[in-house]
Amino acid sequence: MPSKKAGQKMKKMPKTAQAAQHQKREQRAYKQLVAEKQRKPLYFKNFIVAFVAGGVVCTMGQAILAFFMKQGLDINAAAAPTLAVIILFGIILTAFGIYDEFAQFAGAGAAVPITGFANTITAAAIDFKREGWVFGMGAKMFIVAGPVIVYGILSGVFAAFIKFIIWS
Amino acid sequence: MASKKIGKATVKFTNPPFIIGTGTVVGPMEGKGPLAKGFDVVLPDLACGEKTPEKSERKLLEQAANIAIERSGVEKNMIDYYIAGDLLNQIISAGFSARQLAIPFFGVYGACSTCAMGATLGSMIIDGGFSDYILIGCSSHYQAAERQFRHPIELNVKHKAISQYTVTGAGALVLSSSGKGPRLTWATTGKVIDLGIKDPCNLGAAMAPAAADTFVRYMIDTGSTPDMFDLVLTGDLGNLGSELFKELVKDAGYAVGNNYNDCGLMIFDTKTQQVGAGGSGCACPAVVMLGPIFGKLEDGTLKKVLLVATGALLSPLSSQQGETIPGIGHIIVIES
Repeated sequence: MPSKKAGQKMKKMPKTAQAAQHQKREQRAYKQLVAEKQRKPLYFKNFIVAFVAGGVVCTMGQAILAFFMKQGLDINAAAAPTLAVIILFGIILTAFGIYDEFAQFAGAGAAVPITGFANTITAAAIDFKREGWVFGMGAKMFIVAGPVIVYGILSGVFAAFIKFIIWS
Repeated sequence: MASKKIGKATVKFTNPPFIIGTGTVVGPMEGKGPLAKGFDVVLPDLACGEKTPEKSERKLLEQAANIAIERSGVEKNMIDYYIAGDLLNQIISAGFSARQLAIPFFGVYGACSTCAMGATLGSMIIDGGFSDYILIGCSSHYQAAERQFRHPIELNVKHKAISQYTVTGAGALVLSSSGKGPRLTWATTGKVIDLGIKDPCNLGAAMAPAAADTFVRYMIDTGSTPDMFDLVLTGDLGNLGSELFKELVKDAGYAVGNNYNDCGLMIFDTKTQQVGAGGSGCACPAVVMLGPIFGKLEDGTLKKVLLVATGALLSPLSSQQGETIPGIGHIIVIES
């Protein structure tokens, strides 16, 4: 025999279930309304702009590579200084507050090249320097770039593993 | 018997407090917006001589508070309470500014609804006979908010069209039990409403149902209609949020007409300034209401203004954990 209190509780149960269902329905209707009113992002325009802007960054990288190869380095040896130079560009533009403006316009075209990676580390370093060299900048410099490194290495391991299986 | 309570959640002040002084300070971006002339101080840059955005925000709040006190003509030591809030963790701008002001302090948090929340509490304290003068303030800062809620400032992130731009600024007002000028006559305190929006970039949509709920509550409690106001303002819903608000109140039978606007849409020129869906932040409703709109109330161009200040009660942690965004809206009515 359930106590009086528990009995009351049980009587209330269907009502709360009803309320929950009502809330769910209300939420679904609202989400639909939001989807109706929300303007879709200009995907096509964004794709084109990102492609062109990212392409320009990569062409610059290619030009720098060509410059180093002209100095007598082979393509493997020239890759390292090319990366160093273009990363330096990314860092300098971030430090002067230009890179994020460029990203407003270029979107993924600014984020995907290695200049974007340089930007994520520099931006975090500048931001967290205010909390000190050790627990600020030192600890939080990789707060945005960290996942890229973690999952970059992880996918490298997977790729190597697949290659190992196929070739052996 | 609560004699001043009307309906379910509205209070009518029997001796409505006078707003005897206001102070508004805004950043450079707001200074380029259409309301620039209505603000007391427009800062030339975001840093205003400080090394961190958090310190700059505090400075803005202190400056706004001092302007409000000066304009009210009341001595600082006559003010009984300072009620303030902001967006930063542990409301440090409010707390640290209170250290400077040395007035007994209530720290409040209502996200971007803080100004209306503070004004409601202040008015209740005055109308309840506990105090004669109360200072209320709130602030937000683009860079400080960006750091806490989003990304490092210089990061290569393209802002979405629906995301909003945090207003840099601070607003303060002094309420008094006597004097002259516009008075705060009614207040409705909002419920927390959550209709399942998860995207922390889409705060307008997350807050619109809360704003509509409080708005309809006010209308039912007081038996008024939206056309009884010269101006109905929402805090910072942005263009999507205000569209949704209009739709929701229309469905409830309290459609707003041309007398409706949103502070987040008024403070910036959303076409030419890159601000996404409009302005947001504690300072957004505060500086618009206490700056240009208050000016119009004082010179009599506007007689009765209703403000629904809206807040999204999320934290970066709650959204990362996949929680939906609870919204809130508080109403204050100011009459000249």
